[in-house]
Order: sequence, then structure tokens, then C-alpha cells
Amino acid sequence: MRKRIAFWLAPLCLMLALFLSFPSVAQLYQVPGPNSPTKKEDVPIYRQEPDKIVGRVSIPDEKLATLIQPEGREWRSFRLFIFRTVATVLVIGTVLALAAFYLVRGRIRLERGWSGYLVQRFNGFERMAHWLTAVSFIVMALTGLVITFGRPVLIPLLGHGWFSALADWSKLAHNFFSVPFLVGVFLILILWIKDNLPERADIDWIKQGGGLFSGGRVHPEAGRFNAGQKLIFWAVVLGGIALGITGFMLMAPFAVTGIGGMQAAHAVHALVASVLAAVIVAHIYIGTLGMEGAFDAMGRGEVDANWAREHHSRWYEELQERGEVPRSLPAE
Amino acid sequence: MARMKFLCDAERCIECNACVTACKNEHEVPWGIQRRRLVTLDDGNPGERSISMSCMHCSDPPCAAVCPVDCFYQTADGVVLHDKDLCIGCGYCFYACPFGAPQYPKATNFGSRGKMDKCTFCTAGPVQDNTPEEYAKYGSNRLAEGKLPLCAEMCSTRALMAGDGAVLEDIYRERSVRRGYGSGAWGWSTAYADEDWGNAFSPGRVGIGKS
Repeated sequence: MRKRIAFWLAPLCLMLALFLSFPSVAQLYQVPGPNSPTKKEDVPIYRQEPDKIVGRVSIPDEKLATLIQPEGREWRSFRLFIFRTVATVLVIGTVLALAAFYLVRGRIRLERGWSGYLVQRFNGFERMAHWLTAVSFIVMALTGLVITFGRPVLIPLLGHGWFSALADWSKLAHNFFSVPFLVGVFLILILWIKDNLPERADIDWIKQGGGLFSGGRVHPEAGRFNAGQKLIFWAVVLGGIALGITGFMLMAPFAVTGIGGMQAAHAVHALVASVLAAVIVAHIYIGTLGMEGAFDAMGRGEVDANWAREHHSRWYEELQERGEVPRSLPAE
Repeated sequence: MARMKFLCDAERCIECNACVTACKNEHEVPWGIQRRRLVTLDDGNPGERSISMSCMHCSDPPCAAVCPVDCFYQTADGVVLHDKDLCIGCGYCFYACPFGAPQYPKATNFGSRGKMDKCTFCTAGPVQDNTPEEYAKYGSNRLAEGKLPLCAEMCSTRALMAGDGAVLEDIYRERSVRRGYGSGAWGWSTAYADEDWGNAFSPGRVGIGKS
């Protein structure tokens, strides 16, 4: 009997000895120590917490394992202050700069006047691609403005109920028009990339400011597209792709990235959209009010021969070489 | 009026998930929506803690600040609520929220996520009419019946507490002195510290918070 007790006691004693020999076991954090609070005022309530606390959850939604992520507050200040300021400065600044340019320089006229002879500049398919992109972009720009500035600007005018309906439709329109926009950007890319590759003449064009500030005396050499148009082309193509990627990330939240990535996607989307909106405001100005004869290119697809000769001299020469324009115009 | 807050005593939480279950059952929260959840830190290591987390009803709520349609408001008790009739499900509140509180019934379908859902501190919605419609949208209104949120009432170890912030603070301090330790009120420095990042609420939508 005694032997049997010893048989059971021996391992128990061994375990107890092992247990006591590991001091870490006794060092649980939940014990009073020298730093224990002795009165209520000593108890910390507001903890010093790191930027991000991530743990484990037993539910499928892994992103909820993040307990605290105060960088949401940085995104908040981006959304409310930085983005709104950048967008306002860029777009209003461009409008003001264009207004000043219009007052100083006026409309860029055709120096030789209208020749009455028309040259085809964009065929129907090219114009379709342009207007598909243009209409989609304008819808998305306006609906994006509703989401960005609607709360301070439109809610006082419409009231919460009507504005919410508008914002809901704006969000849907913004999402759905992304598809025709990207189709348009893709078509623009394949249709016009060969005419938009950088070349030597672009440097001179930029150096001379495109002749915009020369009072109409200087028309730097340009092919089918001048350096300014090439910049717009690349802004639309690269900006459009960036907007597309970040936009689809926002549409399928957390499909490819976590919360920090979603915030970054929104920030990139917002800033690229602001820049592109400013570029497009300038593009619309120069294509309509700013330059005589320019709208015809995308309107009816044919431009006046004098417009082509003045603004795209090398393209005009190429047209002459190909026999699409007579060597001398009847009007001269 | 009280300033309603949650306080999770991490030294007491045993990760039993009763708060999560109580919340789901009380409000008949749909599948996939986690108004309250348990996060375990340092899982399996010394110093492991579990914390029950939901909307903390911040003093200066980032969700309300970034909302494009201004659907958030604060009750006189400091509870942050939102109007599901105005919500467009854009997801901005989730990006801004420090605690991952806003939830959406749909995750896909071309950017449409449905109306945001989150903890209401058992205070239901803006109309406060106690109708089945209100219950379906926001859940029950226990505060109107003089009861505290069920998650805290249900907590077997009294780890999760809900109620007036000053009272919770006092209870927590007394506990910590008695037992000799305490890791502080998790999330309080983010939710209730005297930081103000700008007007979170529009005029007329603020209860007793600072903004």
C-alpha cells in the first residue's frame, strides 16, 4: 500500500518541482507588484496605445481582427481637408488661370481666316471614342463632386432626404460609367498612341509655350498632335488607368487589400481625379471657347485647312504629300 | 444626462462570446454583420487578453465626419447613431472608424453594400417609435425601457460594462486598486480623449459630445 502511494507521489513531486523551477509560470501579468496602484487616482484609464493593435478573431471576417487603427483619423483629415483643398485649388485655379488668359490673350483666332476648305481630322469612330470617354468622365466628375462637396454645399440647398437620393444615384452612376470610360480610354490609347509618342519637335513646342503667349505670331511645328495635346493624351490614358484600378478597388472593398490599402486607394483615386479634372477643364476651354476652329475637329470631324496649317503644320504637310489636300488652296 | 460609454476590462474577459451572442439575438442581427466582436491579443502567449469591441460611440466620431450624406447624429446620452434612410452604403465610415465598427449587409454586387449597420448602444434608430420597422432596421431600444445594452448586462464576469462613463471609470478604478493591476480602458484614448479633429457632426445633430 505504502509502495503504491510512493509510486503516485513521485511523479507528482517531480511535476511540482518542475512547476516551481520555472519562474516564468509565476510571472503572470495579473498579479499585484511594486507598480500596483494603491489608490484610485493611480489607475490608468487612458492607455498609451500603439498606432495599430491587431489580434485574432474567431469569425471569418479577418479585417475585424484589427482592434484599433487610429490612422483612420489621418484618412479622415485627408478626405475632409487635404482632398477638398487640393481639388478646389486645382480646378478653381485652372478656371481662374484660363479666365486671366482669355482676358489677356482673347480667343486664338485663325490668322488667315477661314479658307472654306475642310480636311478630315477625326473619323466617326475616333469621335465616338472621344465622346464616350468625355461624357463618362464628365458624369463621373460631377457625381464625384457630389460625394466630395455635397455635404457642405448641397445639403443646405436640398435637405438631407433629397441629397441622400442624389448621392445614392451619384454613387451608382459613378460606378456604372466607369465601364464606358475605361472602354473609351482603351480605344483612345490604341487609336492615337502612334501619334502621341514624344518627339524632338515637342521640346521646341514646350519651350515656346506652344506659341500661346506670342500673340499669335508664333506657331511651333507640330504633327497630328502637338506637345500639349500629347500631355492631355497621356494624362487621360495614365490617369484613367490609375482611376480605373483604384476605382475598382473601391468598388470591391477588401478584395485585394486591407484597410490601409483601401484608404490609400481612395487617396490616389481622389488626387488623380483632381489633377485630371483640372487638365480636362483646360482641354475643354482650348477646344471650344479658347481657339477658333478647334471644336470642328471633334464636332463634325473636319477642320478648316487654315486651322490645320497654323496649328499642325507638319500634319498638314503630310496631308499634302498624301494628296488629301491640294497644294494650293482655292481661297488664296 | 449621462455620457454613455463602453468599458471592457481586459483582465476579466474570458472570451466566452456571450456579449456577441446576446447582441446578435437581441437585435436579430443578420448573418455576416458583427455589431460586436471579440479580439484576442497575443493569443497563446503570456499576457494574452481578449477585448470585446464594438462601436465605442466616440466623442469626436470619424464616421460622422467623413459621411458624405451626413447621416450620423448623437443622442443626448452621447450615443452615436445613424439614419439608415439616408445611408448610401459608400463604406467611408468603415475606412475612418478606428474600431472597425460599421458593417455592411452586402460585400459585393458592383459597389452596392446596402445600408450600414452598427452598434446602437441598444438605442434603436432616429424615429424612436418602437415599431417592427424600426426593430428590423436598428434592433431593439433597451435604453428607452431603462435598460442598459444587453451585451454588458449579459457579461458573466462583468468585464464588459456599459453606462455613464464617469461611473464606469470609478468602478474600473476601484477594481484595479483592489486586485492590484489593470491594463486600462482599451480604446478610450482613441474614442474619448480630448482630441478634436474638426466638426464631426453638423449643427443640430450633436447631443453632448464635444464636436
